[in-house]
Amino acid sequence: MNKAENTHLREPLVRLAKQDGVPVKKKVGIRAAAIVLALVIDALFIFLVTKLNPIQVYAEMFKGTFETSLRFMWAMRDMVSLLCIGIALAPAFKMRFWNIGAEGQVLMGGFATALCMMYCQSLPTPVLFLVMILTSVICGAVWGLIPAVFKARWNTNETLFTLMMNYVAIQIVAYATNILRGQASSLGTINMGTKIGWFPKIAGHDFTLNIIIVAVLTVLMFIYLKHTKHGYEISVVGESENTARYAGIDVAKVTLRTMLISGAICGLCGFIIVAGNKHTIATNTAGGNGFTAIIVAWLAKFNTFYMALISFMLIFLEKGAGQIASSFGLNDFITDIISGIILFCILGSEFFINYRLIFRHKK
Amino acid sequence: MENMHTSDAITLKGITKSFGTKVIANKNISLSIRRGEVLSLLGENGSGKTTLMNILSGIYYPDEGQVFVGGKEVAIRSPGDSFALGIGMIHQHFKLVDVFTAAENIVLGLKGHGKFDLKAVGEKVRAICERYGFDITPEQKVYDMTVSQKQTLEIVKVLYRGADILILDEPTAVLTPQETEKLFGVIREMKKDGKAIVIITHKLHEVLSVSDRVSILRKGEYIGTVDTKDATEISLTEMMVGKKVTLNIDRKVPVNPKKRLSVQNLSITGEDGIKVLDNITFDAMGGEILGIAGISGCGQKELLEAIAGLKIVDAGSSIDFIEPDTDKPDSLIGKTPRQIKEMGITLSFVPEDRLGMGLVASMGMTDNMMLKSYEQGKSFFVERKQPHDLAEEIKGDLAVVTPSINTPVRRLSGGNVQKVLVGREIAAAPAVLMTAYAVRGLDIGTSYQIYNLLSEQKDKGVAVMYVGEDLDVLIDLCDRILVLCAGKMTGIIDGRTATKEQIGLLMTKTSHGEESANV
Repeated sequence: MNKAENTHLREPLVRLAKQDGVPVKKKVGIRAAAIVLALVIDALFIFLVTKLNPIQVYAEMFKGTFETSLRFMWAMRDMVSLLCIGIALAPAFKMRFWNIGAEGQVLMGGFATALCMMYCQSLPTPVLFLVMILTSVICGAVWGLIPAVFKARWNTNETLFTLMMNYVAIQIVAYATNILRGQASSLGTINMGTKIGWFPKIAGHDFTLNIIIVAVLTVLMFIYLKHTKHGYEISVVGESENTARYAGIDVAKVTLRTMLISGAICGLCGFIIVAGNKHTIATNTAGGNGFTAIIVAWLAKFNTFYMALISFMLIFLEKGAGQIASSFGLNDFITDIISGIILFCILGSEFFINYRLIFRHKK
Repeated sequence: MENMHTSDAITLKGITKSFGTKVIANKNISLSIRRGEVLSLLGENGSGKTTLMNILSGIYYPDEGQVFVGGKEVAIRSPGDSFALGIGMIHQHFKLVDVFTAAENIVLGLKGHGKFDLKAVGEKVRAICERYGFDITPEQKVYDMTVSQKQTLEIVKVLYRGADILILDEPTAVLTPQETEKLFGVIREMKKDGKAIVIITHKLHEVLSVSDRVSILRKGEYIGTVDTKDATEISLTEMMVGKKVTLNIDRKVPVNPKKRLSVQNLSITGEDGIKVLDNITFDAMGGEILGIAGISGCGQKELLEAIAGLKIVDAGSSIDFIEPDTDKPDSLIGKTPRQIKEMGITLSFVPEDRLGMGLVASMGMTDNMMLKSYEQGKSFFVERKQPHDLAEEIKGDLAVVTPSINTPVRRLSGGNVQKVLVGREIAAAPAVLMTAYAVRGLDIGTSYQIYNLLSEQKDKGVAVMYVGEDLDVLIDLCDRILVLCAGKMTGIIDGRTATKEQIGLLMTKTSHGEESANV
């Protein structure tokens, strides 16, 4: 019993308890507090490190997205590219199929579109667009389907497989652009003069169609996941394959079908990026969005409307960081820290929504 | 509050522990554990027994209240603290490393300098085993041990570490009647040796046969402590449940039983080449409950899954469904669950793994109702009206306690989860109803509700198959009992004349008819 005396007579300082059913008001409050906290920490950081006035910096940051309507439209354009991939990932992730190959799937779709723009110029416009859509969707779908086939047939690990497919796609595009550009230093804008295969300008922007397409996809995917038999099957397979088999669901079939859809939407995303925005193809056409979209899909818990909000937040931070970097002559690291602190606080606040801290109380 | 007794090993005063804001697992509990005595901690599932013991073993810290060990107030903040105080917990699920020997498992996690002297450890282990009559040797590998030996090893482990207060969490759940008797013998030995022993259980006859005092918890509250000699099964049940309950099963004599399922030479070879089912032949009758007894893991799960179309069977096996109207046999071999359904045969199946197979844990009752019927109709969209109505109906009929029918079923208690699952399977109006451990983890009231639901189905002419572990219930509920031992069928006996000892023997019998220690 000697050891017993060594045991402290005090309860631990802080304990954690899981909680659920937090009222909406409190959730909003916690998140608002997180943003305020982020702004305060950032203000200290900005003041102490850069000696700038934090208020001015925040104002600049805000301008990144909202200064002019054109800036806002650019932000929307970039947001829908990200959101579109998030939508593509949603069914796969909901099925617990870790598709981290969106980058490659988008690239293959964009590559197909670019090839069509270069080699099918003689087709009438509607037919050309149809061919562009079809080929890009098929390319993306095939890129998504290959890992799914291996998973369904031999139970290979889809995380590694989809990841590696990215590099294959990048190398194909690198190789092809090398050949296509000939002596030029880059492939350049395709059909610069004729604008063949470019989205028509609507309301002054050629990417307006991008926004419309993704908005429609957001609604469709929401309905698909929530109200269709396919969506139901995806949820069951994701939750437990045993339950799926018990219910008579063909797990392999659902896996293949879902990855086909996931890859196809990624391909479509490649199509709208090339036809509606970049008008060229390069290894960085997807621009890392294939990975950022993973965060978007997860944070939104696969709800496509939340995804739109989160994509917007990420793009807002990105644009804001760019803006303060150029107006104050700051380097990327500082702006990354500023937006990083905001992200950290917002994501960290989820912890306080899921857990309750219990402090030692006086006896 | 009880007065402190000189022989008190542990005294708890006003222990309260809550999870979240709604769940109070322990509410102002005060009780004492004495040396040289066996205390039963009795209560239904969810009454807070395990939470209370987890507080003693340092896994949880109480919100309020005091713990005294040997008369001194202590704070147990980690399993290490608990250890240092001489408290040893034997968990329901063994925490052993399969490829290690008994001795290696015992020293695993102990602090010390330099190399362990396994020889000295072995000597000490041997001494403990001789003292209490344990049948393990220090050199034995865990994978060679029977379930009962593994449990023994867990007990030796805590004794080796110097525990003089032992807490056993549902120790008999995995044992045969014979092994249970042996365990009780060991417990009595340790009691004589002056150890304080706590048994967490909900089996009344065990409480009566092994303990000196019984402390009863109900819904997190301390109800009282009685001396076992003054208690009866009925008085304990009333304290445990809080009201008078009638514990009887209305077993009617089967009316005109008709062959509904014919299983012949059913064998299944596992991935490692070992036969998990070996040449099983039996018939299941409509209007009858066929019990299936056996130590867990003897092929019960595979048997039901094979019939449900979830397991690939060996060549030469046959499973026929006999059509009620035409007596025409339909082979179920090689059919998937959906194909069986498309043949117009309704097999209902309540699997052992409720949340991992029978239900989708993250979905509410409504979405779980659709699990086996969602694909009906031609529409691309799911139809939630009918499932919603069914969910409401089951919620009402079976008194399912849930905040809403859309609350994820994982948040419901075990009993309510089971009601949802059984309710859905019965609502399908099955011809064959298979259940695996249908009452595992349920309180007495709910258990009897389930037994009676199964009996009703039997009276309606359904062929009910009931895989169970409580032999008393099997004998009371079933018309015939099939006994499995290591994948082989060791007998089918009449439920009305069977005795526990008879079933216990069949459960441990090999095909050669000799009793085997290694099952």
